[in-house]
Amino acid sequence: MSTEGSYYVPEQSKLPLAAALGMGVMAFGAGAWVIEGGTSTVFMVGLAIIAVVMYKWWSLVIEENTQGMVSEQLKYSYVLGMYWFIFSELMFFVCFFGSLFYVRVLVGPWIGGEAAIGMFDDTPTDAAVANATHLWTGYDATWPPLVTPDQAVNADAAKFIGPQEAMSWPGLTKILSWLPLWNTIVLIASSGTVHVAHHALKEGNRKKFVRWLGLTVALGVIFLFLQAEEYIHAYQELGLTLESGIYGTTFFLLTGFHGAHVTLGTIMLFIAFLRGLKGHFSETDHFGFEAAAWYWHFVDVIWIGLFIIVYVLG
Amino acid sequence: MAHGPSENFFSRWLFSTNHKDIGTLYLWFSFAMFLLGGAFAMIIRAELFQPGMQLIKPEFFNQMTTMHGLVMVFGAIMPAFVGLANWMIPMMIGAPDMALPRMNNLSFWILPFAFAILVSTLFMEGGGPNFGWTFYAPLSTTYAPDTVNYFIFGVHIMGASSIMGSINIIATVMNMRAPGMTYMKMPLFVWTWVITAFLLVAVMPVLAGAVTMMLMDINFGTSFFDAAGGGDPVLFQHVFWFFGHPEVYIIILPAFGVVSQIIPTFSRKPLFGYSSMVYATASIAFLSFIVWAHHMFTVGMPIAGELYFMYATMLIAVPTGVKVFNWVTTMYKGALTFETPMLFSIAFVILFTFGGFTGMMLSIAAADTQYHDTYFVVAHFHYVMVAGAVFSGTAAVYYWLPKWCGRMYDETMGKVQFWIAFIAFNITFMPQHFLGLAGMPRRYSDYGLQFADWNMVSSIGAFLYGGAQLLFLYNVIRTIGWGKPIDDPKVWDGAEGLEWTLPTPAPFHTFSTPPVVK
Repeated sequence: MSTEGSYYVPEQSKLPLAAALGMGVMAFGAGAWVIEGGTSTVFMVGLAIIAVVMYKWWSLVIEENTQGMVSEQLKYSYVLGMYWFIFSELMFFVCFFGSLFYVRVLVGPWIGGEAAIGMFDDTPTDAAVANATHLWTGYDATWPPLVTPDQAVNADAAKFIGPQEAMSWPGLTKILSWLPLWNTIVLIASSGTVHVAHHALKEGNRKKFVRWLGLTVALGVIFLFLQAEEYIHAYQELGLTLESGIYGTTFFLLTGFHGAHVTLGTIMLFIAFLRGLKGHFSETDHFGFEAAAWYWHFVDVIWIGLFIIVYVLG
Repeated sequence: MAHGPSENFFSRWLFSTNHKDIGTLYLWFSFAMFLLGGAFAMIIRAELFQPGMQLIKPEFFNQMTTMHGLVMVFGAIMPAFVGLANWMIPMMIGAPDMALPRMNNLSFWILPFAFAILVSTLFMEGGGPNFGWTFYAPLSTTYAPDTVNYFIFGVHIMGASSIMGSINIIATVMNMRAPGMTYMKMPLFVWTWVITAFLLVAVMPVLAGAVTMMLMDINFGTSFFDAAGGGDPVLFQHVFWFFGHPEVYIIILPAFGVVSQIIPTFSRKPLFGYSSMVYATASIAFLSFIVWAHHMFTVGMPIAGELYFMYATMLIAVPTGVKVFNWVTTMYKGALTFETPMLFSIAFVILFTFGGFTGMMLSIAAADTQYHDTYFVVAHFHYVMVAGAVFSGTAAVYYWLPKWCGRMYDETMGKVQFWIAFIAFNITFMPQHFLGLAGMPRRYSDYGLQFADWNMVSSIGAFLYGGAQLLFLYNVIRTIGWGKPIDDPKVWDGAEGLEWTLPTPAPFHTFSTPPVVK
């Protein structure tokens, strides 16, 4: 195969085409699913194709590595691939954090009629005045907005009904019963445990590695469980839903996408855990685990951003 | 890797891990999309040939303007440059292939599926996307046809394709350079592409975020773009253009790279100001992140925002001016010859500069109040997209095709295509400046009588320009099949760089052992 070359260029493969097919079917199926009266069948078929392809693809990569076809240079290509993948994920969150900033700092006051032109003048803009006098009379811009502009005008006939209570800082007295704090503790602890596991692996202590990695996976699952609890609490007791205006919108999308990434990270770590049990990793060669660990640190960093901006300052 | 391509046609093209074959797939796919998007444009220009409604319904006209933009931007221009990157980057930096060859094939094969989904919506109930290629909310949310959901997921997988393709390019350039090929020795095409790839990895996720917000607003009751819930339709425009402005540089930076390869070759001089070209490209990329709202001057931003975005936008003229200066200075006192690639490149410099000047006009917030959403804007961005990106892509094909297939194109036919394209392009788009300044809005299927003459001229130019593309197709096929065989590694006597040290036609595998660059 790569007898002459210094870099392993793989043989032809059916996997990429199959993956693209799976993605195409899944995308089409998702479109068909969300349309009124649609079903999930096609989407599920696509998902199944993707799952099979991912399993086969990674098995192949692992096998290539065990057979010694992966040079240091190729390994660095995988490292770069993971770096930039995480960077792209970061930009996805930047998009939602930026949107939160925009609606919270600028749009709210504009709709409430208070927004000034800025550095040159402190009288409200024409648009803000028009909003307050014609469109959204009586809307008082606060954050978190418990009353939506729609509600301010249409009262109970409104489409968007704000929540009774937000998820924000409950004050020091109630802090111990505040779920987000526990979530933060769980997630930061899991970043620590994965770090310990990494060190154990580097020292060649496989038992310790597997134990600490297993603990990390467990913490990931606990986090997801607590997050589900919080959502149930929000929906059932606080009236905080996707439909409760911009607060619920940004809250659920930010925490929801974070949760989706935690799920993915937990699966990645769990696979690394299974591979650890099988003895796949050595002291010097364990990128499959390392990539998952980086990803895990990444979701942790995003959570800290969420905790501060969405919860504490929310 | 002693062996060549697979004997079996299907297995060679469907399961490839070879950068040259995948590059070829990208190029043919993009040309097919170029013809499809061109067909949509022909329908638009046919309808606008005369005032009044003649051929199609206004609803269908809206779908045509939308699909024309989407197919041209995401299906034709972007994949064309990815195809060129696939072919040329490993050859230019002395690498055996792209860093991640299987993922390379995946990035390509997503595109046919994504566009099949997108185009299939035209045949569905409610029709295809009809809200313009910028898909502003609430047109694309509250008032959109149901098929918008297919559009959303199509954009999602298209974005995944772009991100994977870009990561591959970054990994290739960072990890696969031959010994001695330092960053500041890389050909400018490689430089512009690696910077483009950074832009793509940074903004494609933002586009994914924008369509996800649409999806949630449409189907799950959120209120990102609905002021009733405390959101804002203008938020969509901010998010879209935070993606969209870097996107236009994603389209034009590789074009800069191509021209920076071609002009020195036919001037028989090294590129003037190589390092300033690199820094200018990086500056343009940086600036592209902080100027997005100049697309939104009329939306009702605070005056401080208008002024900031106006001045920041004008700054872009500085690095762009550096580039134009360097191209012109490269030609100064050079031993110039005017083969087809050079003709397209010179036309690029002139017409792109012209498009840049109209861009300067549009960047003036107060003046933009008049120009906004008129045909002036349409004329402006077609000068940079068509005379910029498409001309340079055409130049690239004429320039590198002999290297790829070992056959020379017919110079006369190439020049005929150039002159038809050049003249027809200007007949099509120059009058649109006048129409726009006179007040004709874009994206309308009908217009007042005072606009009739220039619209007819523009339509005639468009049909001619469309014809020139068929001639291009003919030239390419003729070259591959029946062109004069050549075997000089340096197809062009003024060409410099690793890619020209390889045999002609370029063998299936190259640089299995990296060359040493001094």
